[in-house]
Amino acid sequence: MKIAVCIKQVPDTTDVKIDPKTNTLVREGVASITNPFDEYAVEEALLIREKLGGEIHVISMGPPQAIEVLKNALAIGVDKVYLVSDRAFAGADTLATAYTVAKTIQTVVGDVDLVICGKQAIDGDTAQVGPGIATRLGIPQLTYVSKIKEINLEKKKIIVERLLEYGREIVESSLPALLTVVKDINEPRLPSLLGIKKAAKAQIPTLTAKDVGADENRIGLKGSPTWVTRVFSPEARGGGGEVLKGELPEVVPLLVNKLMDTKFIK
Amino acid sequence: MAKLSIDKDACTGCESCIPSCPFGALSMKEGIAVVDEKCTFCGACVDVCPVTAITLEKEEKAVTIDITAYKDVWIFIEHEFGKVGSVSFELLGEGRKLAGAIGCKLCGMLFGDKENVDKFAKEAIAYGAEKVYVMESPLLKEYRTDPYAKAAVDLIRKYKPEVVLFGATTQGRDFAGTVATTIEAGLTADCTGLDIDLETKYLKQTRPAFGGNIMATILDYPNYRPQMSTVRPKVFAMPSRDDSRKGEIIRETLQMTEDQIRTKIVEFIKGAETVNLADAEIIVSGGRGVGGPEGFKPIRELAEVLGAAVGSSRAAVDSGWIPYEHQVGQTGRTVRPKIYIACGISGSIQHQAGMKTSDIIVAINKDIEAPIFKIATYGLVGDLFTVVPMLTQEFKKRLGR
Repeated sequence: MKIAVCIKQVPDTTDVKIDPKTNTLVREGVASITNPFDEYAVEEALLIREKLGGEIHVISMGPPQAIEVLKNALAIGVDKVYLVSDRAFAGADTLATAYTVAKTIQTVVGDVDLVICGKQAIDGDTAQVGPGIATRLGIPQLTYVSKIKEINLEKKKIIVERLLEYGREIVESSLPALLTVVKDINEPRLPSLLGIKKAAKAQIPTLTAKDVGADENRIGLKGSPTWVTRVFSPEARGGGGEVLKGELPEVVPLLVNKLMDTKFIK
Repeated sequence: MAKLSIDKDACTGCESCIPSCPFGALSMKEGIAVVDEKCTFCGACVDVCPVTAITLEKEEKAVTIDITAYKDVWIFIEHEFGKVGSVSFELLGEGRKLAGAIGCKLCGMLFGDKENVDKFAKEAIAYGAEKVYVMESPLLKEYRTDPYAKAAVDLIRKYKPEVVLFGATTQGRDFAGTVATTIEAGLTADCTGLDIDLETKYLKQTRPAFGGNIMATILDYPNYRPQMSTVRPKVFAMPSRDDSRKGEIIRETLQMTEDQIRTKIVEFIKGAETVNLADAEIIVSGGRGVGGPEGFKPIRELAEVLGAAVGSSRAAVDSGWIPYEHQVGQTGRTVRPKIYIACGISGSIQHQAGMKTSDIIVAINKDIEAPIFKIATYGLVGDLFTVVPMLTQEFKKRLGR
């Protein structure tokens, strides 16, 4: 069983504060973490390896400091990690990113049985790169996976449960396939002390556009159909906290009045 | 390659640009601003520099496609369990405005079996579609990525729409990513605002990022068409339905057989909840303050009286008090109800990311310092176990339930 896992380094939003004066994001001193959904992806790969054996290759595309998330993955026990980093990748949108990651899997990792990604990254929130990679690799995608029910390597089949708006869909797919996973799927483990020590010493290869065999016209801003033209702060919420004062037997009916007046309660 | 340059002589070291960068790529070095490799060339800093010391050069590529060949605004009509998703109708309403601004037609794109297609094409027309492009096949009865993507890609290649919009639902997001990759078009996720540039007639797509803490407006470079977006449900108003409207139905055949489809739906297990978070007009949510699984009892009772869905914060889910599908927030669901009642939820930035665009937010919390009160329309300081049952009683009285 050969599994590729794609992870992303994101700013830790527990650290993010809004400047109350300018209403902009205060990013100074914000720590970077592994995208939470990707931790479930790594954990699921480890659980599969425990059952079926095999190897786990973890890829992260990003600036040089993204090496930290790969060290974490190594510390938890994955087999190989790759940092895909090149100034030529900067400004990549989801189309160019999916192209680059798919190229990396094809060129460097080779034939895989499974690709696992988090449902989405918490900075961009697009959920587009997973399906993009699957399409580039020409393999089926199973998104929003909350449980792997069965993997049959001989028959090249997988059965998963997908968490959708109205319930859970059980789907069977051929392998290789790409999964994007939601939080419900497992509980990520913490690295061991030994793992952390080992990871600290590990040499992590950095792959450039050339190393992954990427066409320079299809990467970075150049290979991106979508361009950000304006970034701004959202409008602050109007109203901003009318705290109803008084004794509960008075304020509760007052609140009910206000809500009934909205006509939203039928 | 694109390049962001900072004019060392012009920079006054005022630091205005530093907080403007959503990626933390700017810093001060010896009194002037410098940019590092985290820069994604978004240009947010360019506009804030008071002395125009920052310039962004993007390598302009020659436009190699004939964009005038791309016409009309298309809306993907999604359906599940014999019902069209309300987001598709909302998009027909918004699409009408976009088509008006461009000066083109508004069309639906609909896939399904015979029963689906006959019924839903009429509905799409009633909600404003002038044409509906249809593929009908038993293989398209339920959404599956392979046949739906094949159908959409074939239609888009043949008829060349200028804009294609999908609902940002699990189905729309699964689907649109595949279609956009196959035809190599731009796709902007989870938009909350759409507009047409008056001069170029290009689609301006606005979306939240970083958990809703910043907004970005995105354009598709004219070498790529159609311009595609997924759009959040409940952002745009439901248009009026008029069953007397006439529209044209264009039928094409799906060029795919069952053995070419790589997935099979084995079973669907419907959620236990009577009211779903995605559809709910009212949500009553419980957080750490509910204290345990039994603490959701008063929350559920209030929800029942109001016909509301039950939500929760991450803290309650991680403590095992309620299943994950109820979680609202950054690692759960994003909701946009008319009324969101947060009970015993402090309102972390992650929780806010999933609910702060609700029309009305009611906060019930013991701690007056809780951040939830800052975004609440109405706040009530008190113990939820006292307040919530009182609310339930009062609503019962008013509603005669």
